[in-house]
Amino acid sequence: MLKLTNLCKTFNPGTVNRKTALDHLNLTVNDGDFITIIGSNGAGKSTLFNAICGTFYVDEGTVELDGENITYLPEYDRAKYLGHLFQDPMKGTAPSMTIEENLAVAYLRASTAKNAFFSRISSKEKKLFREQLARLDMGLEDRMKHPVGLLSGGQRQALTLLMATIVPPKLLLLDEHTAALDPGTAKKVLDLTRHIVSERNITCLMVTHNMHQALELGNRTLMMDAGRIVFDTSGEERTHMSVEDLLEKFSVGAGRGFDNDRILLSTAKE
Amino acid sequence: MFITWSIIQSALELGVIYALVALALFLSYSMLNVCDLSTDGCFTLGCAVGSVVAIAGHPFLALLAAMGACAVSGFVTAFLQTKLGVESLLAGIVVNTGLYTINISVMGKSNLNLNEATTVFTLLKGLTADTPLEPFHKLLLGAAFSALVVVFLLWFLNTRLGLSIRATGDNAAMVKSSSINPAFTITAGLCISGAITGLSGCLLGEYQKSCDINMGSGMVTIALASLIIGETLTRKRGSIPLRAVGVVLGSCLYRIVVAIALRFNLPASALKLVSAIIVAVAIASPQITAMIDFRQKKAAMEGKNFYRQLCLWFAALAAVIALVAVLVPSLRSLLLVDAVLILAFVWVLRKSRAARLQPAETGK
Repeated sequence: MLKLTNLCKTFNPGTVNRKTALDHLNLTVNDGDFITIIGSNGAGKSTLFNAICGTFYVDEGTVELDGENITYLPEYDRAKYLGHLFQDPMKGTAPSMTIEENLAVAYLRASTAKNAFFSRISSKEKKLFREQLARLDMGLEDRMKHPVGLLSGGQRQALTLLMATIVPPKLLLLDEHTAALDPGTAKKVLDLTRHIVSERNITCLMVTHNMHQALELGNRTLMMDAGRIVFDTSGEERTHMSVEDLLEKFSVGAGRGFDNDRILLSTAKE
Repeated sequence: MFITWSIIQSALELGVIYALVALALFLSYSMLNVCDLSTDGCFTLGCAVGSVVAIAGHPFLALLAAMGACAVSGFVTAFLQTKLGVESLLAGIVVNTGLYTINISVMGKSNLNLNEATTVFTLLKGLTADTPLEPFHKLLLGAAFSALVVVFLLWFLNTRLGLSIRATGDNAAMVKSSSINPAFTITAGLCISGAITGLSGCLLGEYQKSCDINMGSGMVTIALASLIIGETLTRKRGSIPLRAVGVVLGSCLYRIVVAIALRFNLPASALKLVSAIIVAVAIASPQITAMIDFRQKKAAMEGKNFYRQLCLWFAALAAVIALVAVLVPSLRSLLLVDAVLILAFVWVLRKSRAARLQPAETGK
């Protein structure tokens, strides 16, 4: 459903700070895939996501979604089909607006009619928001009139997840969305993610820094280095893979050892 | 009597008319988080276009024409900042400068006289003639327009477009990911706030039966002062309807203060300085309280009483200003500045004390 062909992006071209973030990258994502992505610092994981959702336009190559070429479609137009969660829980919500109003803005993606601009939140939508919030099991359904700024990071991230999926997107991009949360909350948000993704059958790409998670979640794992995909595994091979195998595969693919402290530490811990 | 009802009434009349500018800034500054510096020129444009059309004999069309012209001006400001990458402050200043020429060419000269013209105010006066409402017709009309704009804003801010505009000021990235173009919400917001500013300019022209090329100068500061007074009255965390009503009250309160000041034979020109101080102190107050708090801690560590020092310094400053004001008659207006400074100082001091008593309160 998502097809990236020959994607290239260079930041600061022609200067000493020149950085090739995406280097002729090719990737085909199939319908219903849940892909986990790992890689060293600066491997281009976030750049890949930004290229997909149009934060910038790529230098070369094409982005196709469901057969439609969206390479030069502006970010806000792509947002109809894409959900994007960041590591920072503050990024996805408007702090001084209430939970209900945040959800209403996110729900705008559902409306297609032009006159929808002047419609108000209907009681039917309020009911829908309430039901959806109740499923987060955080008591947010009773705080719909509270400003989002009063919520904790975990609550905000759960709300952002709900906002991104309330109109099921064709593709959900999760950029280490649990990394800034404490372990308990992270687990909760991750469980929610798994639940929502499988229930609505959303195709999903997820960056993680946890190797166990990378192998355990989803059906396919990618490793990135220097703007390329150096290793791609799924199916039988993946089910039998251990973290050590993964590190081994990385050094074969990238021609050097793995240098992400956070990932290495998280492998050591568990 | 020092303050008569007629003085209060004319202050309120001006208050409700100028409240529209403050409401326009409520949309652009408080909601959209864009400081639109073209407000000065936009206000004059509204008055100029309105006056010309009213002189031609169409008092109602004048309101619409003024709103339309100012919406276009808002559109240009928005276009500069969203599509052409001009800094939002600079875009406002550039448009404001350009509007001066446009306003002169609309008016044909630097001031217009509407004494002969039919205005919405004279029309209402005719309607209410010989009824008990007659003495209040200007106030009623101004208040009706304020109420109309408040109701419109409350309705608008709860529509999806309004919510998107608020979200744009709060977190533009989120708006993009909800498939709304922030350039569009900024443009829509500035057009509407421009139209409201224009309506205010037009009403003022018809109210005071004249239009002057310089009437808008300092308008953005005065409106911000009203806005800040209003938001302080209702607390910033209050609900949107409360805040919108607070803005109108703030504008009326500002005009009453002005009226009182004028009773002290202060020149009207002194008020711009006072407005500037109100805005500066109100916006700077979190920094000032933080600084006072820090200095206080530091002084306590050194075994000094910081509050005494602060009060001494402040008293000295106030005394110097007062002395200058007394000695130089043409600078009498400084007395008002002195009064405002003292009030501001007391306010900041109280806030910093309150902040220390409740250190748990975090946020803005």
